Amino acid sequence: MAKLPLQFRLNGSDRATFVDPASNLLDTLRRGLGDFGPKYGCGQGTCGVCTVLVDGEPQLACLTLAVSCEGRQIETTSGMADGPNLHPLQDAFMDHFAAQCGFCTPGMLTAARALLAKNPQPSREEVVEAISGNICRCTGYEPIIAAILAAANAPGARRA
Amino acid sequence: MARHEGRGMASVNYPIGMNLGGDPSQALIHSNPDGKFTVALSAIDLGQGMKQVSRQIAAETLGVPIEDVYVDTADSDTGPHDMGSFASRGTHRMGNAIIVAAREARGVLLEAAAEELEVNAADLVTDGRGNIHVRGAPSRSITVKATAQAAQFKQGKTIAGRGIFLIPLSAVDAETGEMNPNTAFAHACLVADVCVDDETGEVEVLRMTSAYELGRVINPRMVEQQLVGGAWMGISHALYETPEPYYPNPEHGPRDFNEYLMPGPGDIAPYHVTVLERPAPDGPFGGKGPGEMCANPVLPAIANAVYNAVGVRVDELPITPEKILRGLKANGGVKPGPRRGGPVNWR
Ligand code: FES
Ligand code: FES
Repeated sequence: MAKLPLQFRLNGSDRATFVDPASNLLDTLRRGLGDFGPKYGCGQGTCGVCTVLVDGEPQLACLTLAVSCEGRQIETTSGMADGPNLHPLQDAFMDHFAAQCGFCTPGMLTAARALLAKNPQPSREEVVEAISGNICRCTGYEPIIAAILAAANAPGARRA
Repeated sequence: MARHEGRGMASVNYPIGMNLGGDPSQALIHSNPDGKFTVALSAIDLGQGMKQVSRQIAAETLGVPIEDVYVDTADSDTGPHDMGSFASRGTHRMGNAIIVAAREARGVLLEAAAEELEVNAADLVTDGRGNIHVRGAPSRSITVKATAQAAQFKQGKTIAGRGIFLIPLSAVDAETGEMNPNTAFAHACLVADVCVDDETGEVEVLRMTSAYELGRVINPRMVEQQLVGGAWMGISHALYETPEPYYPNPEHGPRDFNEYLMPGPGDIAPYHVTVLERPAPDGPFGGKGPGEMCANPVLPAIANAVYNAVGVRVDELPITPEKILRGLKANGGVKPGPRRGGPVNWR
């Protein structure tokens, strides 16, 4: 099938590529544009590791048609750090040992980032709700919840 | 309809590693000309922290800063042989192999430094900050980096070490079948408080409290991390994960955790762990390691707590609402066990 041109902003830079009409955003980011921040877990919308921000909203990239992202702002964990300075959420994840194998981490960070952008002082219940679409097999969630709550209170946490 | 609280306990004596065929691990360590060390292992880090612990053990034994040690677990085809990362054996088996390798490498390092300083290697000590000096005379010193370069470019020495940890295979007694497959035991006891709904059969874990004895804790934060994550897995095994039900036939059953149930971030219970350290005589710096036993006692403790709460003894995992309701029916209703005290007293 003929490929379609696609343009969007990825972590603040304009990107252009050609995609199959049926390709999903995850495949386009990883294989097309070499952004390996979002991970491929289940490919069917149940694990959350592929979560990216589309115009600030958390979205499962494996279930998002790439062509639906024309002209949009896509943000992934690859764009979270500011040069050598980690995003406060990344720092908090390290301080709280919120990753073991780290496979769920990009999805967790992105879900948390979307939460804090809208709700800078979330309650524990709101944090739990925000990450409830993300599976973690290692940590037992507690360190992740603690990290997000700590980041909410850290200076600069709302930096998008 | 009523909700019934119950308390269950379980304890575990957990053998570290399994001595079937000796359970060997090998480690190779060498220095690079920049004075940094590479530890080659074939055991892998699944996120439990084995690389970090290996790095700590190597740095401590070599006497160099931890930043100067790199642990390479890249490829089991080309690396030294290892039985693998299983049976909670990582810290104990690989740690011991690393100590042997690091001692040998340190010996060569000090010999090379002795040659440069024109002293006896036995008189040299490391400061753990990248320097080697004569005992009692810190000014007569050379850096690890300069030593590594002298060894490489002048003396023609390889600063390297080989390590293996092998427990000889324990013979089986022909008469009794008795053998001793174990070396180090770790221990734990866990108390689970649950609440069982007699109408829905649902079990809620209210809190868990445990004490773990793991030998010397080489990295306390990582031990805590493993214990907390492993306890969640225990809850998951006890109450949630199953590829059942097979309706209408097994092909329609769930195959993995994308499809079957696991506790989510909203289902976790407060968990209080106390870690006790009784250094193991044969452990690396006394360490044994937590591993699988993070999850083990959770399962029987929850099963016992359910029995205590409603009198239903479920002996097949997971303990699903369906099994509890069937049990209640068979028993003719709720038969709670004796109540055992209030909430566990957290420090
Ligand atoms: S890969 Fe998209 S939800 Fe699992
Ligand atoms: S850290 Fe392994 S899945 Fe979350």
